Amino acid sequence: MSLLQNMKGGRSRPSFPSSIVARIFGQATPGAGSPAILFLLMVPGLVIVAAFFLIPMALVAMRVADGPDGLATYFVILTNERYFASLVQTLVMSAGVTLCALILCGICGLFLVRNRFFGRNMITALLTLPLSFPGTVVGFMVIMLAGRQGAIGAMTDAVFGDKLVFAYNISGLFIGYLYFSIPRVILAVMASAEKLDPQLEEAARSLGAPTWRVVKDVILPGLMPGLISSGAICFATAMGAFGTAFTLATDIDVLPMVIYTEFTRNANVAVAAALSIALGAMTWAVLAAVRFFVGNSADLSPRGGA
Amino acid sequence: MRRDWKFYSQLGLTTLLCLFIMVPVVMSALAGVTVNVFKGLSSGLTLRWIFEVWDLYAASIMLSLGIAMACLLVTLVVGVPLAYVLVRRPGRLTRLFEELLTLPVAIPGLALALALLITYGGVGGYRTSWLFILTGHVLFTLPFMVRSVAAVMSAMNMKTLEEGAASLGAGFWRRFFTVIVPNAKPGILAGALMVVTLSIGEFNLTWMLHTPLTKTLPVGLADAYASMRLEIGSAYTLIFFVLIVPLLIAMQTLADTKKRAPKRDDTLEDSL
Repeated sequence: MSLLQNMKGGRSRPSFPSSIVARIFGQATPGAGSPAILFLLMVPGLVIVAAFFLIPMALVAMRVADGPDGLATYFVILTNERYFASLVQTLVMSAGVTLCALILCGICGLFLVRNRFFGRNMITALLTLPLSFPGTVVGFMVIMLAGRQGAIGAMTDAVFGDKLVFAYNISGLFIGYLYFSIPRVILAVMASAEKLDPQLEEAARSLGAPTWRVVKDVILPGLMPGLISSGAICFATAMGAFGTAFTLATDIDVLPMVIYTEFTRNANVAVAAALSIALGAMTWAVLAAVRFFVGNSADLSPRGGA
Repeated sequence: MRRDWKFYSQLGLTTLLCLFIMVPVVMSALAGVTVNVFKGLSSGLTLRWIFEVWDLYAASIMLSLGIAMACLLVTLVVGVPLAYVLVRRPGRLTRLFEELLTLPVAIPGLALALALLITYGGVGGYRTSWLFILTGHVLFTLPFMVRSVAAVMSAMNMKTLEEGAASLGAGFWRRFFTVIVPNAKPGILAGALMVVTLSIGEFNLTWMLHTPLTKTLPVGLADAYASMRLEIGSAYTLIFFVLIVPLLIAMQTLADTKKRAPKRDDTLEDSL
């Protein structure tokens, strides 16, 4: 059937392996190249994914089992106190960043879509500027803001006579991830807010609903898909990001830093591999769950690499 | 809309958020051209630090641009045909492949770099060349190119276009290069901007993959932040901004024109 269609669809001749290919790849839409050509077009991509992703990942998984503890190394993230503490810290911080970014950007994104005023486009452009700053630069921005020569320090010094410096520990990291997340969430919120129907709100109001109920029952459900998918990206980025922590201080105990030190300083390849598999599985699971429930291409909005 | 206290409190919060984003950017840009940051702007403006950064890090900046271009080339040659197949053959296996393809974006760069190091760390010539970094960048950016192109391809009426071309006697390759690729141009352009921007800024993977002889721009940045004076780090950041901001503006403009175009699918916007 698909062979017939392909013969009709184009001048391309079906060749011997095409029937197998057709069986594997399902029905072609009419007018496309023959299965053999389509397969040929995929070959470079298949080779890259297999050679540089699948095989390396399989080797990493095997390397874990080679460690002194064998397969138990996989559970080291739960059994070792230090790793577990760092996992909890990373999870709590990522969740906190996500929540903060969602609340702040939810309010501001909705405001920017609903109101027209002088400087609005300018503000939108500025808010989305750090969209693909690498993590190192975000770290440097935090130092500029809250470091020893930072703006906040200078301000508190002038007002209270005491320099407030918090860039070089986990609160600096928190600020950094917030900085990194704002552009993404703002864009997502604004995209969903533009699709909201203001008439629904009018209707709710005219039926006597107070503002908080309009927000809870009309606005939030409309924004939810955008909030969830951009929140998932925030969370996943904060879990796996490394550059910001690296710029601020190397002794911040978040999971990516722990992996890095295990690998480079302690040459503990098995544990580093087990931890990165655990980390990768967690971030992937969050993104996959969101895509499953919201049906959005959540994992592909620009993540850059904080 | 009436402008009451609610309007002004929201405006205040938005302005605060804007300051949060912009203050450090402006501060670091100024610090990069200030004679002495500890004395402040009164010490005068200078381009000295910019030149010093150029002397120290020109090689890594050029390497980054080179890798970004190579990465763009590879993702174009590999990604555009891939997107075509994924759109044209929506089956279970292609979906599985798409999932595999996007996994390197979902899992942390550190883990990916570790896997590459464990597998190819022993291959001397490859490990120490810039191709090793390119590999990481291609893995990380390819999904963006594929998604961006695929979004445009599924929005355009490819079936009619291709059937029309085929009925006029155009063979597959001719259809591909004269009908499909030109029609997918907005997606290709958006994907290309994305790939270059991401490649220039990539740090997570690159930090693990680089060698002393293959330092890219962000690796040099980390180095400057850690071991140089504040002015040099700032000047280097300024150079980075000058490189990256035009790309970001181009991306935004492209997304905006798309939004204004009367009939286009939303999926493209989502992938931007």
